[in-house]
Amino acid sequence: MFLLKLVYKNAFRHRLRTLLTLAGLAIAVLAFGLLRTVVDAWYAGAAAASGTRLITRNAISLATFLPLHYESRIRGVEGVTRVVRSNWFGGIYQEPKNFFPQFAVSDNYFELYPEFILPAAELSAWVRDRKGCIVGRGLAEQYGFKVGDVLPIRGTIYPGTWEFVVRGIFDGADSTKITRQMVFHWDYLNETLRKTAPRRADAVGLFIVGIDNIDNAAAVATGIDALFTNSLAETLTETEQAFQLGFVAMSDQIVAAIRIVSYVVILIILAVMANTMAMSARERTSEYATLKALGYGPLFLAVLIVGESLLICALGGAIGIAATVPTALAFKKMVNIFPVFMVSAQTLWAQAACAATVALAAAVVPATRAARVRIVEGLRAIG
Amino acid sequence: MAVPLSYVARNLWTRRLTTALTAGGLALVVFVFATVLMLDAGLKQTLVSTGEYDNVVAIRKGSETEIQSGVTRLQAAVIETHPAVALGADGKPLVSKELIVLISLRKIGAEKPSNVIIRGTSATGFTLRPQVKLAAGRLFAPGSAEIIVGGAIARGFEGTRIGEKLRFAGRDWVVVGTFDAGASGFDSEIWGDVETLMQAFRRTAFSSVVFRLAASERFVGLRADVDADPRLTNEVKREQLFYSDQSRALSTFITVLGLTLTTVFSIGAMLGAMITMYAAVANRVTEIGTLRALGFRRAAVLGAFLAEALLLGLVGGLAGLACASLMQFASFSTTNFQTFADLAFRFTLTPAIVAKTIAFALAMGLIGGFLPAVRAARLEIVDALRAS
Repeated sequence: MFLLKLVYKNAFRHRLRTLLTLAGLAIAVLAFGLLRTVVDAWYAGAAAASGTRLITRNAISLATFLPLHYESRIRGVEGVTRVVRSNWFGGIYQEPKNFFPQFAVSDNYFELYPEFILPAAELSAWVRDRKGCIVGRGLAEQYGFKVGDVLPIRGTIYPGTWEFVVRGIFDGADSTKITRQMVFHWDYLNETLRKTAPRRADAVGLFIVGIDNIDNAAAVATGIDALFTNSLAETLTETEQAFQLGFVAMSDQIVAAIRIVSYVVILIILAVMANTMAMSARERTSEYATLKALGYGPLFLAVLIVGESLLICALGGAIGIAATVPTALAFKKMVNIFPVFMVSAQTLWAQAACAATVALAAAVVPATRAARVRIVEGLRAIG
Repeated sequence: MAVPLSYVARNLWTRRLTTALTAGGLALVVFVFATVLMLDAGLKQTLVSTGEYDNVVAIRKGSETEIQSGVTRLQAAVIETHPAVALGADGKPLVSKELIVLISLRKIGAEKPSNVIIRGTSATGFTLRPQVKLAAGRLFAPGSAEIIVGGAIARGFEGTRIGEKLRFAGRDWVVVGTFDAGASGFDSEIWGDVETLMQAFRRTAFSSVVFRLAASERFVGLRADVDADPRLTNEVKREQLFYSDQSRALSTFITVLGLTLTTVFSIGAMLGAMITMYAAVANRVTEIGTLRALGFRRAAVLGAFLAEALLLGLVGGLAGLACASLMQFASFSTTNFQTFADLAFRFTLTPAIVAKTIAFALAMGLIGGFLPAVRAARLEIVDALRAS
């Protein structure tokens, strides 16, 4: 009890210094948490991917198309339940900075994505309207889209300004699902191309393939690719998750840089915290000698210093952790570039772990020094 | 009279551990700050040096990049015969009709493939881009399935050494040479014969038409002609602008992310400097009283403590900058969101970045040291001398 009281009194002896240190700690823990969340956001697509969906695309690259007639051949492969066509539209809504994904998909898209919840009435309204589109809840909230709105979108891959009528808004089954996207009829795209650029029609960006059993994924993928070996358009089939991870890998050096930087912030705060502890311990050298002269052992002094460091870091860390979720929400509202921006439980634990690490690392040197100090020398020391 | 600088410097030296820790924190922030600026400068330099000012790129209207664009043979022929196009020594127009396709290649040591640009071009393509030089091997022969690879590709990707074969578009392509395109975007590309590649990929339209202007000032007239011609659904851009436009999104991303981080980090480091300076003041109250008693004015004391904080910032800034300058030996490669292809670039240190970084470090020191210095200056002589 006495020890705890002493630790508490010591920690707040220099109130200003402790407050400044606390502020620094809270900011660093917060920054660390946000950086981890940014990295998580990068993997959101892969995390939301289902094991029962495969992606078949042209083996050359994503920018090369597959012929439409592949669809019926893929459907014939054992274990395949559904095949959905999907073309990346890459259009611009008003200005390039309003980026969101648009896909031209076949009408059975929502059968393959049960995690996107769309009212049956809205689904049938969409199917009946050739120029109709469905937007996700996240997108609808960001731009205030309502059912019945007409969205003019300027094509970059497909020339011209295209108009789509919002026929429905889908919700994600849970908050990890990406609802910041828009889908419209593949047939609308294809029929328009037949009129304006017939050579580009009947080309599919990729096929999303539903399979009956998750264990068959590898066999089905091999089966599909075997159909088209040595053809003009060889295919590459992989699980949706592997496909999404491929996107992450394209910018892996950026992800790596963010990871490194998230550790740099810990080093920065470690320097600040170690400095605070070293200063406090040095100023109290004569006190520690007095305690020793009174009969307290080196272990007691070490515990005293480590305890003080832990107390300050626990407070700073707690403030930082408490601020993480609200800040993440505010950040998400401010810069809407990530489809999913959610603080995970692991992030909160990692923040706590980093605060604890800083506390222990900062106390090591002062604690050993205090434990070793000789009584006579210590009593002679001046602040 | 001002307090001598040696007094200021010695104070920092006396408390070496504290100085080192505080300067270390500042140095880390400065390091991140400088690295971000260097990365952005490297990216800009790469894409600016990719384009020649007097070269013009024609793409389909509305398509932002070559990969999304398509230029038919008819349109290419119309552009080729425009009088603003320069003529080469052989009397033929300096025009290169090019095909851009993305292919998946595996980076050395990576599990997942990255997208790489393969550019179909011709001998004129080299004339138009003097920065591209053959480094090893030979040029691809027209009409053959031969390719040459840029320096960044040869260093970073599997199966791209001379004599090795890459398989795409239903056939094997032999690597017959390596070219060095300096610090430009072409260094991250693979080049081959345009007609052979168009056959292989079953394309009927080019992706872009690149040509040299006969005279720089004729660009405006050319653009008006292209816009007015009903046969052309194309737009023309100066090559330099075309490529720097393509880096805008990535550049903004790097800058915004980096500067947000440094701002947040700098708060931590400034708090560190403030703690140190407050302690420096608290430990030296008697000393400050003595200085005042000796006749140094409040302003001189304020100046001395501010100088100490600035010096602390400078030490941190120089240390951080020294570490950051080592990053010049590293290169960075990532997918450019706009072109969807891999792009390699270097961390580039410019004099402007050095100046900005040092100014940033000094500012952190100054802001951190200001309040403590004010406290030191406001001490009353009598109280200060009495303090134990």
